[in-house]
Amino acid sequence: MASKLTNEAVIERIKSQFGSDILSAETPYDFLTIEVQANKQHEIIEWLKKDEILKISFLTNLGGVHYPEQVGREFAVVYHLQSMTNNFRLRLKIYVSKENPEVDTIVDLHTGANWMERETFDFFGITFKGHPNLVRILNEDSMDYFPMRKEYHLEDGTREDKDDRFFGR
Amino acid sequence: MSTWEEEKIHDDATYESSLDTIDGSIATLNLGPTHPATHGIFQNVLKVDGEKILGSEQTIGYIHRAFEKLAERRPYNQITTITDRLNYCSSPINNIGWHMTVEKLIGAEIPKRAQYMRVIIMELARISDHLVCNAVIGVDTGALTGFTYLFQQREKIYDLFEEVCGARLTTNMGRIGGFERDFSPAFNEKLEAFLRDFPKVFNEFDTLLSRNRIFMDRTRGAGPISAERALEYSFTGPNLRAAGVDYDVRVMEPYCSYEDFDFVVPVGTTGDTYDRFQVRQEEIRQSIRIIEQALAKMPEGSYKADLPEFYLPPKEEVYNNMEALIYHFKIVMGETPIPAGEVYHCVEGGNGELGFYLISDGGRTPYRLQFRRPCFIYYQAYPEMITGSSISDAVLTLSSMNVIAGELDA
Amino acid sequence: MGKIEDLEVFNGEGYQLSRLDKVIAAARANSVWPLPFATSCCGIEYMGSMGSNYDVARFGMERMSFSPRQADLLIVAGTISKKLAPILKQVYEQMSEPKWVLSVGACASSGGIFDTYSVLQGIDRVIPVDVYVPGCPPRPEQIIDGIMKIHELVKHEGMRNRYSDEYKAKLDKYNIEVNGK
Repeated sequence: MASKLTNEAVIERIKSQFGSDILSAETPYDFLTIEVQANKQHEIIEWLKKDEILKISFLTNLGGVHYPEQVGREFAVVYHLQSMTNNFRLRLKIYVSKENPEVDTIVDLHTGANWMERETFDFFGITFKGHPNLVRILNEDSMDYFPMRKEYHLEDGTREDKDDRFFGR
Repeated sequence: MSTWEEEKIHDDATYESSLDTIDGSIATLNLGPTHPATHGIFQNVLKVDGEKILGSEQTIGYIHRAFEKLAERRPYNQITTITDRLNYCSSPINNIGWHMTVEKLIGAEIPKRAQYMRVIIMELARISDHLVCNAVIGVDTGALTGFTYLFQQREKIYDLFEEVCGARLTTNMGRIGGFERDFSPAFNEKLEAFLRDFPKVFNEFDTLLSRNRIFMDRTRGAGPISAERALEYSFTGPNLRAAGVDYDVRVMEPYCSYEDFDFVVPVGTTGDTYDRFQVRQEEIRQSIRIIEQALAKMPEGSYKADLPEFYLPPKEEVYNNMEALIYHFKIVMGETPIPAGEVYHCVEGGNGELGFYLISDGGRTPYRLQFRRPCFIYYQAYPEMITGSSISDAVLTLSSMNVIAGELDA
Repeated sequence: MGKIEDLEVFNGEGYQLSRLDKVIAAARANSVWPLPFATSCCGIEYMGSMGSNYDVARFGMERMSFSPRQADLLIVAGTISKKLAPILKQVYEQMSEPKWVLSVGACASSGGIFDTYSVLQGIDRVIPVDVYVPGCPPRPEQIIDGIMKIHELVKHEGMRNRYSDEYKAKLDKYNIEVNGK
């Protein structure tokens, strides 16, 4: 089933509404990806949800990415949104710095974002302002680091039987 | 009763709380982490007034295995072992979904025959996934008979998987670009036998439960959710369809030539346990239809794409041919070049839209791989679905949502 | 129904003589009540061995005891994370003596492929294990083979083993007290 919307039409419509807040728009692998101002994503997602033409009202996925070498924009929060009626998908990205990894929550717009934001907090330490219950979800509460950040190891180093020489390390 | 015994009982906290319940005030009940009624390790702390649930709080993460971190350390062809263990009731769907994600990234063209083979395998996996769920709904309503019927058929599906790849449950099936070998004649025979025998047993199971008065009374109205709330919670898959939304990735964004097949997307109306059961039942029938069509229309051709950088060459070529030796070395050491890029690919998994968000920086491992795990997303609606119902309905709701711990906790 | 092979009996007229500890051990071995602590993939294979094709009920094990108090055998099938480890230990402590532990699958035995920050690298770090079943996941035949090995242990369980100092020393290593002393 082909989509009723084209990437160009959607980006034009979004830009006409939020001109300067859209920092970039690309279509890698034919998937419309826009980067927006960090404090504007709540407003844009709300508008996308309510817009009569786009109807991008379904939150598919939400997650974080850590880019340690990009100074000042170390963390990305990636929203995958979808319009079931128009069969159209959109990826929305925001970047925040390591010093202040704080973004607005979208739980008030999409109830399902609750656990996805908690997971992102658990993995990356990105805090979501206004989240009703922002605590760790998968890991123990006593954990004192954010394991998906690139600087932390995968293993916890408790295995004695693993000899590094046999693993090429 | 002696004074000593009286004292002892009054010291006992459980006795106190049961007294509270009798008074009509609220008690706390721990359902899980290990509870006979929950299948898997989930904790639900319920606030109950007698049998009635007033609210609940969930704790998950008891089987958190760090899939996403692990994926950042593994070459692309080794990630199938992780996807196997996501939703282990239907591993081949996850495997093939991952392979298709990488194929999208490298822009590979897959032969029609390999696509049809994938469809057959994925539909078999869907059947085996739904069989577990529906058999367990039967067990939770007190009908163990169905379980014994269906698990015998599930073993047949395992036999089929074994014929293709040598493993039963965590199949690690296929390669980036297709399959490691063509379907064997034994597989075709066994598949024909399965297609002949399974519908009979399945219909017998269906007649045991579908119109059974006790079963219907027990499941109708248990754990309902409206279409609007389900969409708010980002439901997908059978649970969303049971609520009445006809969203199916196989139809909306066909992959693997699903557009070639004629099948129906069943929907329910109320989103309760009975509807979820019936949607899965009908999907099993539709899967059988798809497999039959795919077998009938199976095109000639290769079972794999022409991607030497992802296929181990035959041993004699490795010894005699320089190019084959290089490919062999690169695959074994995980040094196959991959373009940088960013893709999202989704397939209709056993429980809904299973998505792979892959960021590649051109290195030997993914820079970031996020799994969109349908179980994780829809399980958060559980407290809302059970509030106001009884404890026994809560157990049924949990099993009919088909929450798979591996997928839930990543 | 399993056979009682090792039992030496002396048949007389109207009576039968044997050693009480052997009789009890044989009775135990043929009615082991398992507690399936099934967490993930291996749990599905354990369900398979409970199902009609493999049917552990043949060995007097059809009664799944989900309550630890009545269980003889703890079957740990699947990954145990660090978050879950204290719960597993608690379940083990709640079981009454004599008790056995079967570790099913690579994850429970050693952490398996999941050498990660969140996974316990083998349940033998928190509780003593009697039999390990390798595989990821093991086939039902393998699980049943592990159960047979447990039966062998149960058959040779003496009446006083659990009161011995060796047993106490073994549990002391895990900071677990011997039940029922």
